[in-house]
Amino acid sequence: MRITVTVDGTGYTDEVEPRTLLVHHLREKLGKTGTVVGCDTSNCGACTVHLNGQSVKSCSVLAVQADGGEVTTVEGLARDGQLHPVQQAFRDNHALQCGFCTPGMIMQSIDLLADNPNPDEEAVREGLEGNLCRCTGYQNIVRAVRDAAGHMRPGAGPEAEQVADGERTTTGVGGDA
Amino acid sequence: MIPAPFDYVAPSTVDEAVRALADAGEDAKVLAGGQSLLPVLRMRLAAPTTVVDLGKIGELKGVRDEGDAVVIGAMSTHYDVQRDPLVHDHALLLARATDTVADPQVRHRGTFGGSLAHADPAGDLLAPALALDAEMVIQGTGGRRTASAAEFFQDFFTTSLAPEDILVEVRIPKHTGWSAHYEKFNRVAQAWSMVAVAATVRAEGGTITEARIGLTNMASIPVRATAVEQALVGRSADAETIRAAAEHAAEGTSPTVDGNADVEYRQHLARVLTGRAVEAAMAG
Amino acid sequence: MTAMAEPEVGRARVRKEDERLITGRTRWTDNIALPGLVHMAFLRSPTAHARITAMDTSAAKEMPGVIAVYTGDDLDPGGEVGMPNAWPITPDQKTPRRPMLAQGTVNFAGEAVAVVIARSAAEAEDALAEIDVDYDDLPVVLGVDDAVADGAPLVHEDMGTNKSAEWIFDSAEAGSGGDVQQAISSSEVVVTRRFRQQRLVPAFMEPRSVVVDPTAPQLTMWSATQVPHILKTMVAMTLGLPEHQVRVIAPDVGGGFGGKLAVTPEECAAVVVAQKLGKPVKWTESRSETMVSAHHGRDQMQDITISASRDGTITGLKVDLLADMGAYLGIVGGGVPVLGAFMFNAIYKVPAYRFSCTTVFTNTTLTDAYRGAGRPEATFAIERIMDELAAELGMDPMELREKNWIKHDEFPYTTVSTLTYDSGNYEAATAKAMQLFDYDGLRREQRERRERGDRVQLGIGISTFTEMCGLAPSRVLGSLDYGAGGWEHAAIRMLPTGKVEVVTGASPHGQGHETAWSQIVADQLGVGFDDIEILHGDTQSSHKGLDTYGSRSLTVGGIAVVKAAEKVIAKARKVAAHLMEASEDDLEFADGKFTVRGTDTSTAIQDVALAVFAAHDLPEGVEPTLDSEAVFDPENFSFPHGTHLCATEVDTETGRVRLRSYVCVDDIGKVINPLIVEGQMHGGLAQGIAQALFEEAVYDEFGTLTSGTFADYLLPSAMDLPSFTTDRTETAATSNPLGVKGVGEAGTIASTPAVVNSVVDAVRHHGVNDIEMPLSPMRVWRAVHEGDAAAGGPGAEAGGGLGSIDSAHGGAQ
Repeated sequence: MRITVTVDGTGYTDEVEPRTLLVHHLREKLGKTGTVVGCDTSNCGACTVHLNGQSVKSCSVLAVQADGGEVTTVEGLARDGQLHPVQQAFRDNHALQCGFCTPGMIMQSIDLLADNPNPDEEAVREGLEGNLCRCTGYQNIVRAVRDAAGHMRPGAGPEAEQVADGERTTTGVGGDA
Repeated sequence: MIPAPFDYVAPSTVDEAVRALADAGEDAKVLAGGQSLLPVLRMRLAAPTTVVDLGKIGELKGVRDEGDAVVIGAMSTHYDVQRDPLVHDHALLLARATDTVADPQVRHRGTFGGSLAHADPAGDLLAPALALDAEMVIQGTGGRRTASAAEFFQDFFTTSLAPEDILVEVRIPKHTGWSAHYEKFNRVAQAWSMVAVAATVRAEGGTITEARIGLTNMASIPVRATAVEQALVGRSADAETIRAAAEHAAEGTSPTVDGNADVEYRQHLARVLTGRAVEAAMAG
Repeated sequence: MTAMAEPEVGRARVRKEDERLITGRTRWTDNIALPGLVHMAFLRSPTAHARITAMDTSAAKEMPGVIAVYTGDDLDPGGEVGMPNAWPITPDQKTPRRPMLAQGTVNFAGEAVAVVIARSAAEAEDALAEIDVDYDDLPVVLGVDDAVADGAPLVHEDMGTNKSAEWIFDSAEAGSGGDVQQAISSSEVVVTRRFRQQRLVPAFMEPRSVVVDPTAPQLTMWSATQVPHILKTMVAMTLGLPEHQVRVIAPDVGGGFGGKLAVTPEECAAVVVAQKLGKPVKWTESRSETMVSAHHGRDQMQDITISASRDGTITGLKVDLLADMGAYLGIVGGGVPVLGAFMFNAIYKVPAYRFSCTTVFTNTTLTDAYRGAGRPEATFAIERIMDELAAELGMDPMELREKNWIKHDEFPYTTVSTLTYDSGNYEAATAKAMQLFDYDGLRREQRERRERGDRVQLGIGISTFTEMCGLAPSRVLGSLDYGAGGWEHAAIRMLPTGKVEVVTGASPHGQGHETAWSQIVADQLGVGFDDIEILHGDTQSSHKGLDTYGSRSLTVGGIAVVKAAEKVIAKARKVAAHLMEASEDDLEFADGKFTVRGTDTSTAIQDVALAVFAAHDLPEGVEPTLDSEAVFDPENFSFPHGTHLCATEVDTETGRVRLRSYVCVDDIGKVINPLIVEGQMHGGLAQGIAQALFEEAVYDEFGTLTSGTFADYLLPSAMDLPSFTTDRTETAATSNPLGVKGVGEAGTIASTPAVVNSVVDAVRHHGVNDIEMPLSPMRVWRAVHEGDAAAGGPGAEAGGGLGSIDSAHGGAQ
């Protein structure tokens, strides 16, 4: 099937098998290897990206379901060389060790901050319940998210990442090329 | 893990979807939110020849007011249901239970109808649907029909849906002004409910006038705790009454046994959690 | 003179590693794609024990995209290749051959029996279903007690027994203490318990992955491993490859926790397949494969007897273990429980001690190192039985500990198990922890709740632990028959522009070596933190090393870096003296500058580096290089310790346990980076607490792992853990020049017994004196309502997850 997906601001048109998971499409066809796969059962959340303004587990979405949609990955967050406040906060608060869960953690953190710009500890923990980390014990992740909340402008979140039609760059080269 | 190959169709109307299912035969699967189906496909616990994606069918989404009922489109996501003012005002129990489903990412994709059709006895929306007397609107090759929640849920992962049927929407009689609580018990936040209790009550002047209680994972299908309901109605909502009523919670249940709980413990939990659920509902 | 720069060591530096990890510019093994890359998928046995009577791969070979399908006999016709076990714990240890792919029999469910190579990963997976294998079932051996019973069926028939080895330490024989039997029979109080260390899954977040490129004379292997150096040597030895033509790269590695301390059948098969096909191959496992085929951890039955006099003085300790090895021995294998042998006596003065361990085969996934490896098991047993002894004596459990622990002025102290603890101060850590925890206040609340008969009871759990880590010294490892040394290598390269490359043989996979090593070198050489690059994990740049496990990186590898830096300075001193026309003896080195004593004449080490590069004017006989290397082999282990206090609330109606507070004060000696140390503690605590409350790898009666996905194996999320209060005391290690001790495993080792002690303490008045791990609500509830006799409950913790989905009735929509 031919699908067109905008990923991190660039449109890509590709031929995919219906069974292709969005995460595999991102990683293998589009080279977006910042997004990773950690499990088979959608428990770990490492593959979390934003699809049309909401966090989703890209291992539980078919690439064909994203046809016509907009995806933001961890690779699309930094703007003009400036880290996203959540990225910065993860670094400042030592919220990662091996870093494998980090892309998903960051993407979900941004989503939860969009829903609740000033979460208390409990709200952060609840917002991250779909993301597993084996290294940090979560304490510094929680701290980072609350730290980031203080540095984010209201309304900054998945919605804000969506690119208006006019801003979209010309169709990028998919993995078929 | 990668699903086995399948053909994919994404019809834009319910009629087309029913036709696509009929054409594809027994080995077709309906894809709603996909949050249960995709892991199953990835692990190759199922290998359908055709997947019929309902995601492009606009008429299956949204919540509307139909007089004495709130009607929820089957493809409404958990996220949408959680936040819908109609659901809050007239089916608070469903909103409370939906808050506990899986995690935020899954709630963004997973759908109300998909959860009901999946009919996992540990799923959190079955008992509320039963307690609220939800009515399923089903479309098949023979047109539309309805099924009560009691008729709809038949066994583990089994409903009254025929292979070519689509669950279109769910009509929930308004429970306006009822208070509600969903008491969920699991080992870790990500885990399925070991037992959960969906309780919604109406009280006037400290007296319970109506009560609906549904139990999650206490049988192969959701169970209504009618004995508890009867023991509550007409009584004052004090702790002693609630506790005594909750003692009936395990009557008529036949829970499964797994490593987390045997029958005795599940039935014990049902009694304890029912008391807590009713108390929490009464507390607002 | 300028003021001394602020030392880097001790600063809470944010990590150098993070920038690429938070932006997705990572180099996981699975990210690697090479021209012509083909993909491997393994067919795994669904049955735990069977003879393979026939295998037909012909249909699979015809599947789209399939390039080849191999069986065990195809890859190893002679049946000669076996995965290495580097620690034969006794001379007569029974060590079954573990093939790349099963040959003749399968010995656990999940063992690979065939491999498909296809153009895409999806096509490789598709073809697995087309391989036809006939299994003739054999009796399944599960559980150590059953495995060693008379007449038990055998996992490996040819061995004639399910026992691999028996390893014994007896203080009377070693001359380090008395006869334990005598001590027990003559003591006033004897407490005996049987503890079960359930089986755990390391559950690193990055699934294992391997890429092998055979298209040059030097074969390159990328692997998600924590031991690239060991892997290189072992792959060469196992497969008979010339070691100098093997390069192993561990790029970014997403956690290990011991679970990637392995040389796996899949890695070896990838090499053989790549060589057969002459193409680069990749294998990335699914999580379901990890769960059944990557090694598990723990899994011991512990029979513990402690004896004491009425006043609480310990008189003897006897430990008998049955350790479940699974179907084969892994690279450390039986060494895991042996590492624990030295830790049962812990921080206490034990006059008589006997330890015996029998390593046992069962038809399960093999067990091997998992965070702590032997020491958590030992610490659990001793800290649990100390609480039981206290209860028996009617003493406060902390008072009992204090009565028996080694006092701060008694160090160095040689224990009954013959280790010499160099330093420690248990009093100081405990005092600080008790104060942070409000021990007395919580005890008061506990009394009040008991008196009121509260539905929710409060418990307090103590764990005053120590551990041996920094695995080295080679001499000691040798005496234990370990197959390798314990040294570590480092090299420092001074570049012409004054920048510094540091090569380390440690192989980080989340620990933050790039940051910590930079801090160490910055202080040693007086160069900027940002002017230092740490090279690791590629045997071509880091040619020598023994990798990262056993909390050894800093105490061994970090010290090697210090030693290499000292050599750089010694070389530079000669050149600096020559350049400034001064005597070497007159030079002072500080803040990166050589200064002629009593003058303002100085030269920076960067200037010396440039002068050496130019080599125009060097002293006679001096080589034009400052580059230096060092291999450090310490004299002793390091012995971090700490006091962990845990308060739990136990809902006696449901059995649910809630962590109310967790305080730990750890002494890990000098600290390089407090931020990293805190992170290590948090993560360690999470894993230890999860063993106490949540995690268990469960097999059903057929030997099928029923907790085989993350939906069934219960890992805690952020919702399931509290915030921890972590603090430190600092008693410098005397065994290394930085005064550092290991920290990587401390939290995991200490926390499990603290949690279990706390829960048992909460419900002890119900007649409970033990509850089996993990403390599931059902087990706790049953313990409360029926006393401890029934606390074991069914072993299975799985259920309700995906494993319970019956696909035939899957009405999934």
